[in-house]
Amino acid sequence: MVTALDSDAELRQRAWDAAAGVVDPEIPVLTIADLGVLRDVALDGDQIEVLISPTYSGCPAMNMIALEIELALERAGFHRPKVRTVLSPAWTTDWMSEEGRQKLRAYGIAPPQASSSRRALFGEQAVTCPQCGSGNTELLSEFGSTSCKALWRCKACREPFDYFKCH
Amino acid sequence: MSIANIQVPETPLVLYALRRADDALILGHRLSEWCGHAPMLEEDMALSNIALDLIGQARELYSYAAKAEGKDNDEDKFAYLRDVRQYRNLLLVEQPNGDFAQTLVRQFFYSAFADLYWRAMMASRDATLAAIAAKSEKESAYHLRHSAEWIIRLGDGTDESHARAQAAIDHLWAFTGEMFAVDDSERGLIDAGVAIDPAGLRDRWLKTVTGIINEATLALPQNDWMQQGGRSGRHSEHLGHLLSELQSMQRTFPGLTW
Repeated sequence: MVTALDSDAELRQRAWDAAAGVVDPEIPVLTIADLGVLRDVALDGDQIEVLISPTYSGCPAMNMIALEIELALERAGFHRPKVRTVLSPAWTTDWMSEEGRQKLRAYGIAPPQASSSRRALFGEQAVTCPQCGSGNTELLSEFGSTSCKALWRCKACREPFDYFKCH
Repeated sequence: MSIANIQVPETPLVLYALRRADDALILGHRLSEWCGHAPMLEEDMALSNIALDLIGQARELYSYAAKAEGKDNDEDKFAYLRDVRQYRNLLLVEQPNGDFAQTLVRQFFYSAFADLYWRAMMASRDATLAAIAAKSEKESAYHLRHSAEWIIRLGDGTDESHARAQAAIDHLWAFTGEMFAVDDSERGLIDAGVAIDPAGLRDRWLKTVTGIINEATLALPQNDWMQQGGRSGRHSEHLGHLLSELQSMQRTFPGLTW
């Protein structure tokens, strides 16, 4: 239970820890902290407010993530927590943690590469296969099973795989 | 029984946000019509994902229009309870999907513009519009790459695909001029640094478009005459049919919620 004896810093840390455990419903190995979606936790009186940044404008997972955060905070003893979406600065895959990238790779999804090449209209991309580690891969489709992923194929092990696009 | 349309006092900022929101919603809806019908699974997913991005952008812009208006309208009312003449989108985005080439040429013309437009709008003095622009420009970069690759593949493909792509370009070209037009309402926002002047993007847009069209062995029409009207609610006959589908649930069951 949250009691008046807890300091603000402790409360915020506890709220952060609770929210940080929420996973992306479409990539359940990643938490919203791994993704960089969880931005901040603010305390207004005794009400906790969690700030999140959407990945893509139309990402249908955001509504579910907001709901899951509220539930996680309620379970941690925070009453009527609020979740606010902040657009600026815009979320970027550069915010994804190194741990998150490793989890993605182990899950079979190639993690995003540096975003500098995104601007090139037909930039050469080299994506490493998350299954066998070969760099001999090819793009099948710019858009994969979700907005944030592209579909690739490894020419060495012949396995298709998702690539989390840099954004 | 008829459901009353909402009334929208179109201050310059509200009108501005509605115009961009309507562009994104109508084009997103058009692309969603391909869901389950595209020529291959990868394209089915690609067009649906682009539709999702655009509808997400529309939601942000509608919400901002509602905030700027300060009445009790919201994103759903703007989308579902305005009639054809109240819609402010470009004529280009409401044009029917036609064949696959027509869909991709429409997307290419728009994405090549949206990519430049949102990148420039990141410098807006309006913090919310600058933030929406920063998200949208990342998405439009992928939309442009996707459609540009298809223009090259279709134009430089078979005789059939080349002919269809060229026919789509010839048909849609007259709707591209409206993207760069500015009226008095928007001019005030441009002068205030809230909006950017799209006319200043035309040369760069034409350079991108010409480069891809040339690589695709296609040609741009020499015809300079441009059709306008969407920004002030004068639409082609196609928009009403689109809205009848988009709005049918709210018009039939007013106030319906999930």
